[in-house]
Amino acid sequence: MTTAELTKKDIFLETLSTLDFNETEHFLALRKNAMKELESLEFPTSKTEYWKYTRVGKIINNKYELGISKEVDVQPYLIENLDANILVVVNGFYQASLSKIDSESGITITSLSYAKKQELEGVKTHFNQFTQDKSEIFLAINNVYHTDGIYIEVEKNTQSTKPIHIINITTGDNILSQSRNLVVANVGSEVKVIESFINEEGSANFLNHVSEFFVAENAKVEYNKIQDKKENNYSVTTEQVYQEANSNFTINTATFNGALVRNNLNIEVDASNCETNLSGLYLGQNKDHIDNHTVVDHKKPHCNSNEVYKGVLDDESTGVFNGKVYVRQDAQITNAFQQNNNILLTDNASVNSKPELEIYADDVKCSHGSTTGQIDEEAIFYLQSRGISKRGAMKLMINAFAKDALERISIEPLQEYIDQKIEERFA
Amino acid sequence: MLSIKNLHASIDDKEILKGIDLEIKAGEVHAIMGPNGSGKSTLSSVLAGREEYEVTSGTVDFDGKDLLDMSPEDRAKEGLFLAFQYPVEIPGVSNVNFLKTAINEKRAHFNQEPVSAKDFLAMVKEKSALVELDSKLASRSVNEGFSGGEKKRNEIFQMAMLEPKLSILDETDSGLDIDALRIVANGVNKLKSPNNATVVITHYQRLLDYIVPDYVHVLYNGKIVKSGTKELALELEEKGYDWIKQEVDLA
Ligand SMILES: Nc1ncnc2c1ncn2[C@@H]1O[C@H](COP(=O)(O)OP(=O)(O)OP(=O)(O)O)[C@@H](O)[C@H]1O
Ligand SMILES: [Mg+2]
Repeated sequence: MTTAELTKKDIFLETLSTLDFNETEHFLALRKNAMKELESLEFPTSKTEYWKYTRVGKIINNKYELGISKEVDVQPYLIENLDANILVVVNGFYQASLSKIDSESGITITSLSYAKKQELEGVKTHFNQFTQDKSEIFLAINNVYHTDGIYIEVEKNTQSTKPIHIINITTGDNILSQSRNLVVANVGSEVKVIESFINEEGSANFLNHVSEFFVAENAKVEYNKIQDKKENNYSVTTEQVYQEANSNFTINTATFNGALVRNNLNIEVDASNCETNLSGLYLGQNKDHIDNHTVVDHKKPHCNSNEVYKGVLDDESTGVFNGKVYVRQDAQITNAFQQNNNILLTDNASVNSKPELEIYADDVKCSHGSTTGQIDEEAIFYLQSRGISKRGAMKLMINAFAKDALERISIEPLQEYIDQKIEERFA
Repeated sequence: MLSIKNLHASIDDKEILKGIDLEIKAGEVHAIMGPNGSGKSTLSSVLAGREEYEVTSGTVDFDGKDLLDMSPEDRAKEGLFLAFQYPVEIPGVSNVNFLKTAINEKRAHFNQEPVSAKDFLAMVKEKSALVELDSKLASRSVNEGFSGGEKKRNEIFQMAMLEPKLSILDETDSGLDIDALRIVANGVNKLKSPNNATVVITHYQRLLDYIVPDYVHVLYNGKIVKSGTKELALELEEKGYDWIKQEVDLA
């Protein structure tokens, strides 16, 4: 090769190349491995099927600086009446001084970097276990360049009593952050995690985040993801989930904002009698672009999955939903339900919705559906004719529409927090 | 209470109401009859404030206020109620919750405190009993999955909850079984007072045996072409509309 021009990828990665990782051989080897894959990957173009409706130009054409560790006031991001362990990550770096962890026997909650340094068994076994060689460039970049994040491990047959609230903040301008979590729920354990993705002022920040979940036999994990970035920031987040027999994994994603939000949720159900719940609510406004790509891969028999994503798109915002459910040949007696519903509040708002089922087994119950429409004017008039203002009527209807999207959230203060945010949006 | 003068209204440039005059006083019951497509529902929609209809001329005075100048919600708050011919289903919006919002918006309009949870519950209980609406229906999503008759009962339940000054019942009797018709009509009669008024739009004399009108009007081709007392309804039941149409067309 001759001295070719620097590609966008080269420029993007150059910013990251100054990162220095003081880690043990095991983890450095993983990064090295990922580097090999990354070298062979390119940023998606309009021809890349997986990214067809989401252009990453905004993200990759920007010139970034590396995020630095910084203290911020997290008070505004706490959830009222929620008694939780609080963990704070700023620009991809764990903030011990801002975090508040009550030690509980059987539960490990630390920064990922600390867990790696200690070579804790759970990290050694599971970190990067299901995220290598997935042919996804943002995932590969995170594999190579992730800075820090949270490690949670729940011992066998232990139930964490308090939810764990991770506050993942980016701050500054043109800051590039790469945070990373790992949640290990051992046999028969139970844990509930909330992660708030926040932006404290600044613009054109890009967060490339990855969370891995290992859900062992009979374990139960609930992950609640709240994305409340400012409208001029970008994020690509990836969850990679692996479920063993009789396990239960629930994810609730509420997206309130973001110039460009891409969520890649991949769930591998690799044993029987599992339950998987995926719910999402996205409220776009201005020029927001919110994209949810989900994959549920049923590989073994007797499993249930329920997926409901709902979007309300205002102004010139765009929603993208692509939900894939695979039912492999071995996965007999699978019940897979998938649904995506959207309301467009203006003529300039739009949605690309594509629910997909790929079924290779014959004894299954599967359904999928997608609707996109305006708010029913007849219903609005009906409510008005009873004395409710037009705005109030819209609010009632949007709330009703949005509410059942996230009804699987089991943490009441969180449910109230989200309901309130929905109400504020349409006040 | 309500004074309609020379009301003209059209939709998509097609004139549907062609000069309506109608005076309704407190304590009165008026029945409006007329062939299909004559403009009865259009009249109620225009009075309730549906935007699709353009009022091209005429005035409507509602207790000293210009009705046509008010938003639909303000008309409701001022005491106008329309029981729809075809009530809409609103999934996810609970019947009682939205009624509570409606009642409180009305109270706020008159600088009153919101209704207490206890009073509201008592009200729901009392008013649903009035039309024998199953209390389970009262708390379900608005009209969702209701049978045709249940929807009509729900309209009268809402009317009872909102205590309007002027109620317009657009074919509330259609779709009701014989017992339900009696129950709903009794409910309407119990809500009658010297201070409020009722307009019943119907095709059938039967309803008027229960809700006895002071006046009966015939709407034909966008105009009230004949008015009389309850005997007029009996005459229509017997002779149909042809004789009236002929009278009009000859004139
Ligand atoms: N949105 C609309 N667009 C066009 N024409 C309309 C519209 N709404 C009503 N019309 C017409 O206006 C006329 C009056 O309709 P309306 O519903 O008021 O009749 P009605 O007297 O209530 O009839 P019915 O006894 O069948 O209920 C009809 O010819 C109808 O087709
Ligand atoms: Mg009609």
